[in-house]
Amino acid sequence: MSLLEIKNLTVSFDTAAGPFMAVQGIDLSVEPREVLAIVGESGSGKSVSMLAVMGLLPNTATVKADRMAFDGVDLLKLSPSERRKIVGKDISMIFQEPIASLNPCFTVGFQIEEVLRFHMGMDRAQRRARAIELMKLVGIADPEERLSSFPHQMSGGQCQRVMIAIAIACNPKLLIADEPTTALDVTIQKQILDLLVSLQAKYGMGLIMITHNMGVVAETADRVIVQYKGRKMEEADVLSLFESPKSNYTRALLSALPENAVGDRLPTVSDMLFEPAPSAAGASA
Amino acid sequence: MTNEGPAAIEAATVVKPQDARLQMFGEFWHYFSINKGAVIGLFVFALLILIAIFAPLLAPHSPDDQFRDFFLTPPAWQTGGNAQFLLGTDAVGRDMLSRLIYGSRFSLAIGFVVVTTALISGVILGLLAGYCRGWVDTLIMRIMDIILAFPSLLLALVLVAVLGPGLVNAMIAIAFVLQPHFARLTRAAVMAEKTREYVVSAKVAGASHLRLMMVTILPNCIAPLIVQATLSFSNAILEAAALGFLGMGAQPPTPEWGTMLAEAREFILRAWWVVTFPGLAILITVFAINLIGDGLRDALDPKLKRS
Amino acid sequence: MSTTVLEGKNIVRDYHIGGGLFTGPRTVHAVKGVSFTVDKGKTLAIVGESGCGKSTLARIITLIDPATSGELFIDGNKVDIAKGGLTREMRRKVQIVFQNPYGSLNPRQKIGDVLGEPLLINTDRSAAERRDLAMQMLKKVGLGHEHYNRYPHMFSGGQRQRIAIARALMLNPSLLVLDEPVSALDLSVQAQVLNLLADLQDEFQLTYVFISHDLSVVRYIADDVMVMYFGEAVEYGSRDEVFADPKHSYTRTLFAATPRADVASIKARLAKKKAA
Repeated sequence: MSLLEIKNLTVSFDTAAGPFMAVQGIDLSVEPREVLAIVGESGSGKSVSMLAVMGLLPNTATVKADRMAFDGVDLLKLSPSERRKIVGKDISMIFQEPIASLNPCFTVGFQIEEVLRFHMGMDRAQRRARAIELMKLVGIADPEERLSSFPHQMSGGQCQRVMIAIAIACNPKLLIADEPTTALDVTIQKQILDLLVSLQAKYGMGLIMITHNMGVVAETADRVIVQYKGRKMEEADVLSLFESPKSNYTRALLSALPENAVGDRLPTVSDMLFEPAPSAAGASA
Repeated sequence: MTNEGPAAIEAATVVKPQDARLQMFGEFWHYFSINKGAVIGLFVFALLILIAIFAPLLAPHSPDDQFRDFFLTPPAWQTGGNAQFLLGTDAVGRDMLSRLIYGSRFSLAIGFVVVTTALISGVILGLLAGYCRGWVDTLIMRIMDIILAFPSLLLALVLVAVLGPGLVNAMIAIAFVLQPHFARLTRAAVMAEKTREYVVSAKVAGASHLRLMMVTILPNCIAPLIVQATLSFSNAILEAAALGFLGMGAQPPTPEWGTMLAEAREFILRAWWVVTFPGLAILITVFAINLIGDGLRDALDPKLKRS
Repeated sequence: MSTTVLEGKNIVRDYHIGGGLFTGPRTVHAVKGVSFTVDKGKTLAIVGESGCGKSTLARIITLIDPATSGELFIDGNKVDIAKGGLTREMRRKVQIVFQNPYGSLNPRQKIGDVLGEPLLINTDRSAAERRDLAMQMLKKVGLGHEHYNRYPHMFSGGQRQRIAIARALMLNPSLLVLDEPVSALDLSVQAQVLNLLADLQDEFQLTYVFISHDLSVVRYIADDVMVMYFGEAVEYGSRDEVFADPKHSYTRTLFAATPRADVASIKARLAKKKAA
């Protein structure tokens, strides 16, 4: 059984200029122990569909789906409070801006322990022990001392490690990482990606990696979904995606990578857009 | 445009240039009109402006006419009332309604003059302080801090005492007291905008300091200033009324609302209408303007975040 | 024979952080004695991670901030903005394009005014001439006449970056400093902007200083590469030298950390995963 199963997800936002369709009929599933990458450029709706799963969209958004099930439980039928019990415990998420994602008023230790208290109901000593264990797990040196640091006393990479510690605190079955390394330097990015993948393998989590970076996809994913303007353009396992991309859009994206440059000009996406498939109709609207 | 790809598609959804301003206004109105209170406030304020403009046509009597047979006549619907004087008369037999209608002219004038004076001087000082920093900043802002350290009404009273009582002097005093708020706000906005890359770009293009201040930075600081100006407008009316009440603002027989209240002080217990109506007039005006201010804040703030 | 457009000798930039209530004043060495030369029509890429001093160096080269010490030559003339002002002629020669296409355009200025402003300030051209030149430049960067009267918020990130490039070129500079010009852009748009930069370089014989943290972009666009690490240039050489045989250990770390999107390395990773 799939860990997460979504059928025909549509998300629209009410704006001053009328409804805006951010996601249009996306199907997606994640198996346990699988790394799924959702790749797309800005405006492709890649984050929005995951925020819809988490129930984190603002109330101007309308979410419709034929099915949205996590671990056999239909998320659409749950009450908000039942849903909150799953979100944050069995599904957790990390975001792009690690420093902004942590509350600057509280110590890192307090923020980790807060999650443990809310979802796991641990007592004070247990929480502290678990927090230290988590800090070690995400590779922060001197965890006992670091627990009493404030977010601004740490670097971006360390803050992202803390975010990961909070995300895996309750042993989630599914971790959603929304551009987890975009704000970080390349050398730090490498460390964070290695950490995420090793934790995923160690605990057998499902991992959804939302990114715009083809390199990150190549380094982490098992399976890849390519999105463009709220629609799924292609779904394939990582090797066949890079070896023999099926959709023109994916082909265009890959050839736009500077490292794949042939000659002194890069082919651009518009040179190959768009296939006359039904999906193109929405893309050019 | 053939090599644009997704960018071209996005551009196609963008509106025609001639509609651009219209669309910007439409967007502003969309956000403003979400706040129902603000729309009501705007409606009331517009009505008030119309009343002030057409006061001679609307008022049943001259504001200074004394009807010697009708001292302290109650409003028309009360026993002893007279249909000639809808809201009654005051202690010397002047029609309340007419005085209130003419009073709106003074209140609006006070608001406009005070806000304009305070805005211009505050913006110039704040712009200088925020742009130059260093000792200029320290000097200007410490003076502003000193002004803010006084209770505003007390400072205004002192100024009027020095300058002599009267409507013009009261307006100068109130503008002086309100001006530091504009200076502070401008300075903060200028400091935030000054480090933005478009300002550096203009500098690299060779723009002079004056041009950077007035043409590049200032237009981008307007939004919070508009909100502050609206709220100061109501503040100015209130303070002018307070000064009038204390006998330091507009002098009798000027039909200014605060002065009317002051004249009516001794009749509070005997004739409720002589104090209630000027009070209500002040309340409604100030409330309407504050509602507009809130609406403007809602409408202009997301815009700031977007750009 | 090539002419040198930009030369920096031993450029140093220190920041003095004033002492607070409890701490004494400190000096931060943002750039520690960096030297370089760039020939006409060539591209020097400066690579490094955040805080390495590459943006500080960019501001010094663009004559926004003065260097603490060292010498800067542009077209053979020594420039020092700390002593004596800057002539219009020197100001015209160096222009900059910033990373963030959303912050670098004045939100209250129409595109036509954005492009006309440098001419208005620096030349005596009439309004009609300015308009014509701005229209021509819009066309050169792949935009159209219809964009002249629009405001920046109506454009996408890539289009804004084109506008920023157009503005930088209005005064016919000889040197263009590009501070991470494509790192905020989507991949497909990035390719378009890189192509545009290459086209413009060919057409106007422009010299670029290209600041970036993305090695794949640098490898594509640069002639020479300088790697900065904590304010020092740890590696400096031609692109092929640096990429084929990195000398400094930091450069090697940087190369190893860059994610690779080729089929061979995916295969290697999947094989390793299977074995584990």
